[in-house]
Amino acid sequence: MLADKDRIFTNVYGYQDWGLKGAQARGDWDNTNALMAIGQDAIIDEIKNSGLRGRGGAGFPTGMKWSFMPKEPKPGKPNFLVINADESEPGSCKDREIIRHDPHKLIEGALIAGFAMRARAGYIYIRGEFIREAETLFAAVQQAYDAGLLGKNAAGSGYDFDLFVHRGAGAYICGEETAMLNSLEGKKGFPRLKPPFPAGAGLYGCPTTVNNVESIAVVPTILRRGAAWFKSFGREKNEGTKLFQISGHVNKPCVVEEAMSIPFRELIDRHAGGIRGGWDNLLAVIPGGSSVPLVPAAQIMDAPMDFDGLRDLGSGLGTAAVIVMDKSTDIVKAISRISYFYKHESCGQCTPCREGTGWMWRVMERLREGNADISEIDLLWDVTKQVEGHTICALGDAAAWPIQGLIRHFRPEIERRIIEKQGGQQLEAAE
Amino acid sequence: MPKVKVDGVEVEVPQGATVLQACELAGKEIPRFCYHERLTIAGNCRMCLVEVKPGPPKPQASCALPVAENQEIITNSLTVKKAREGVMEFLLINHPLDCPICDQGGECDLQDQAMAYGRGHNRFEENKRAVTDKYMGPVVKTIMTRCIHCTRCVRFAEEVAGVEEIGAINRGENMEITSYLEGAVTSELSGNVVDLCPVGALVSKPYSFEARPWELRKIPAIDVMDAVGSNIRIDARQREVMRALPRINEDVNEEWISDKTRHGVDGLLRRRLDRPWIRREGKLQPASWQEAFELIAERMRGARGDEVAAIAGDLQDLESIYAMQALLRSYGSALHECRQDGAKFGVSSPAAYRFNSTIAGIETAPAILLVGTNPRWEAPLVNTRIRKAVKAGARVFHIGREIDLTYPVTHLGTDLSLLGNLPAEVSDAFQGKENSAIVVGMGALVHEGAYEAARAAAATLGANFNLLHIAASRVGALDLGFVTEGGVDAIRAQAGALRALFLLGADETDLSAFADTFTVYVGTHGDAGVKVADVILPAAAYTEKQGTYVNLEGRVQLSEKAVDAPGEAREDWTILRALSDILGRTLPFDTLSQLRAAIAAEKRHLTVTGLTQFAPLAAPEGPAPSVSGEIVYPIDDFYLTNPIARSSPTLQRCSAEILHGQSFAEAAE
Repeated sequence: MLADKDRIFTNVYGYQDWGLKGAQARGDWDNTNALMAIGQDAIIDEIKNSGLRGRGGAGFPTGMKWSFMPKEPKPGKPNFLVINADESEPGSCKDREIIRHDPHKLIEGALIAGFAMRARAGYIYIRGEFIREAETLFAAVQQAYDAGLLGKNAAGSGYDFDLFVHRGAGAYICGEETAMLNSLEGKKGFPRLKPPFPAGAGLYGCPTTVNNVESIAVVPTILRRGAAWFKSFGREKNEGTKLFQISGHVNKPCVVEEAMSIPFRELIDRHAGGIRGGWDNLLAVIPGGSSVPLVPAAQIMDAPMDFDGLRDLGSGLGTAAVIVMDKSTDIVKAISRISYFYKHESCGQCTPCREGTGWMWRVMERLREGNADISEIDLLWDVTKQVEGHTICALGDAAAWPIQGLIRHFRPEIERRIIEKQGGQQLEAAE
Repeated sequence: MPKVKVDGVEVEVPQGATVLQACELAGKEIPRFCYHERLTIAGNCRMCLVEVKPGPPKPQASCALPVAENQEIITNSLTVKKAREGVMEFLLINHPLDCPICDQGGECDLQDQAMAYGRGHNRFEENKRAVTDKYMGPVVKTIMTRCIHCTRCVRFAEEVAGVEEIGAINRGENMEITSYLEGAVTSELSGNVVDLCPVGALVSKPYSFEARPWELRKIPAIDVMDAVGSNIRIDARQREVMRALPRINEDVNEEWISDKTRHGVDGLLRRRLDRPWIRREGKLQPASWQEAFELIAERMRGARGDEVAAIAGDLQDLESIYAMQALLRSYGSALHECRQDGAKFGVSSPAAYRFNSTIAGIETAPAILLVGTNPRWEAPLVNTRIRKAVKAGARVFHIGREIDLTYPVTHLGTDLSLLGNLPAEVSDAFQGKENSAIVVGMGALVHEGAYEAARAAAATLGANFNLLHIAASRVGALDLGFVTEGGVDAIRAQAGALRALFLLGADETDLSAFADTFTVYVGTHGDAGVKVADVILPAAAYTEKQGTYVNLEGRVQLSEKAVDAPGEAREDWTILRALSDILGRTLPFDTLSQLRAAIAAEKRHLTVTGLTQFAPLAAPEGPAPSVSGEIVYPIDDFYLTNPIARSSPTLQRCSAEILHGQSFAEAAE
């Protein structure tokens, strides 16, 4: 279990002051210019050495991402840092806690990351529904400006860096990095075709890096305590600490910072008070937010909670939004509801997602009621495969995977409903 | 030049090409809906998926992917086949099965590609989506349930037409294409979205339920609605022209045409002159050809050279103008004029009145000065080229009333005196720039001295000198020398002395001076010219004859005959040839080829299709005359500029609705 002294987010529950004074008392903004004085490439190397992988879901190594940015921006084409605070994935609620209770960790991280990637300015794109959180963030940025920590000669480092907070309007797709760039530019939030990647042509056509809030907020602490410290947690290639967001049928749902690779059972028992009704009552877990496939109880119980461990189970860590479902759950209805979410949030730009999400949801609704033919389970599987990998952005994949997970692990349950609806008896094998 | 392998075949492709282009170079067909050569890449239909190695393990949209050296592209694998089938199925699940009543049937990309790349059966059991139709103006009919959201129309409106009036609202499966506030699209190019639409969502309103593509004869022709000489295809059924569509000509119209070109054709059936008429006691009465010819012969008997004159109209082909000229010449008359709008300019060499930058060449102009012209109305497809130049960084200055040209323009003022007194801003922009251009419109040239002042300005700025003509017949007639000293005013001054005046389709000039002159109108429509005519000889319109047209840059183009002229109407040159017999001055040609040979003997270049180069314009001598005067544009209603357009119900409605803000009730279907 992660010791209190090793926690990065020491005010994640908001028991202390979120403001600049409170943050400074917790060690933020302490000698920031000294952290920056080691130089831009040294910072990137340090982050690379720490093994930090992006916390937004895809798990791309953060230091490597930064290193793609041009070392010497061309005149008229400055580098930009964009911070993705459009946290809309069902189940995810970590960025929100960081922003409303520890915003200065994010702002300090933005300065250091922006400096390391030679960014002229940073943009924090915050989800539209986060009204109070946005108020806090606006105020915190203003505090930082007033204290000389942002703007010209930020934090006495000699580097000029501006930070802007931009509120979204409530579209899930704007959390996709290129849709976010379009939205920031004032265009419709349609994902862009890649290539070109944002590091080549991003915001306003300039080199841009888009990072998750958590990825940026952990940077100052990693630099203060050293890459080796951060790397000491978790398994190889899955190092560090991570905010887990445990929701669903546990006794005490919570957001908690833990070491990566903690076994699922330990995570739940220590922090969430165990499964409602005991471990025997566990049905399935969606370990990384709504877009990853579910994992049935037997497989997840002792699995390590990290990128590679969950990938081996055919799922993923995602944002570490752990949705626990006990046996009282109507699992088909649950996945159908997720399908509805993706149908509702599909931007409509490209064909497979626009047409496929609606089709998948409608078939899911009929499967929920059992009002279908058994062959339609295979049809649905085929449709998910037709969407997956054929779209511009990953929303198509995200819509397909939960259904694939359901069919992979709960096909008998779906078939049972169909047979019951048709009035038939399910044949029992003779004993 | 990167080398790539397409299905094992090595091809070399140009730098910066896309994977789709590489596949086409290798002779592989890649299905697509959203991709269009002339629009930006959207990559949203996902029909063009191919496998690429090295690359991610999933298929890639080939339209948007740049090729890389030694890339391996696979278009015939099972993965690609399944991907295409999948996308096709998604496109079809919400597409109505109304092909039998759809106007796109037979020329529908979705239909064709579903045949070639689809699965052939339906697995979709849910209800199909229905979308309410949108209003997009008098020429575009919408059946939005058929829309596959390729956004070609949106990109065309924004990028080519320059009006941001088409867009998508809502998201996901509720996404709908609509026009701004569901109003008419206020572009003179709006009809092109019908051609672009790969399905039957946007179809031509006047053409709806009229014909099937396989019933139509397709005849290549040249448009006469403006001086651009757009290459068109006339689709005809029996004796009726059903529609006009663009043909691709990169040097002229690319693959666009204006709404006037596209929808003016329904004017070919209305107000037509289909028999000769003679004015007796102030009233026009039907007559036979023989009576009409004999009356003309009687009035012209013994006429001297200065007693016979002719004015050529805007829509004439080269052959009829030459025949007219030859007839006048047999009387020793050179009282012929094609500049019926009264424009004054030098005719010493073709370069003096041509659009010397060329239509395609104006795209590369770094600085452009527009003088007394509204290219958006006078030559919409030249305007799109200027718009391209602006997108590439050109600066455009404008003398004339402020108008929206769809691109940013620096307005200098409305008075011609600016020509002799250009602000420093202009000369700075032109300084040291090659290919810069000055474009002078007829609105300026009606002023005495404007031409010389513009020539002087062009020489000072070091810019190419261009005239923007608005009449299809004009440059050809000028090449033939169908002009007279002093222009139409000189003919007007002679009105009292004339024994006969021929109006060769001339309707756009003030004819009140000829009220008492014996006037022969040779033309197609009962328009302004017939009001003063004493004899009317019915002629063939541009779709009803073979003809040569010379566009504003001097490009010689041939047009084919699509249908027969109505009633007793005949091709213009045959009328003049027959008349010459009765007049006793038989013209020396009996066939069109003999006529063309006669033209070739005089002006070789007029029978060679394409652009013949002439010596560049010499710098003007002497001081530029001072000129002043307010500029008035020659066109005050884009849709109603000639007899055919004025007779067209579609264009009348366009004019009323788009330019005059009238609204019309739509009949429920």
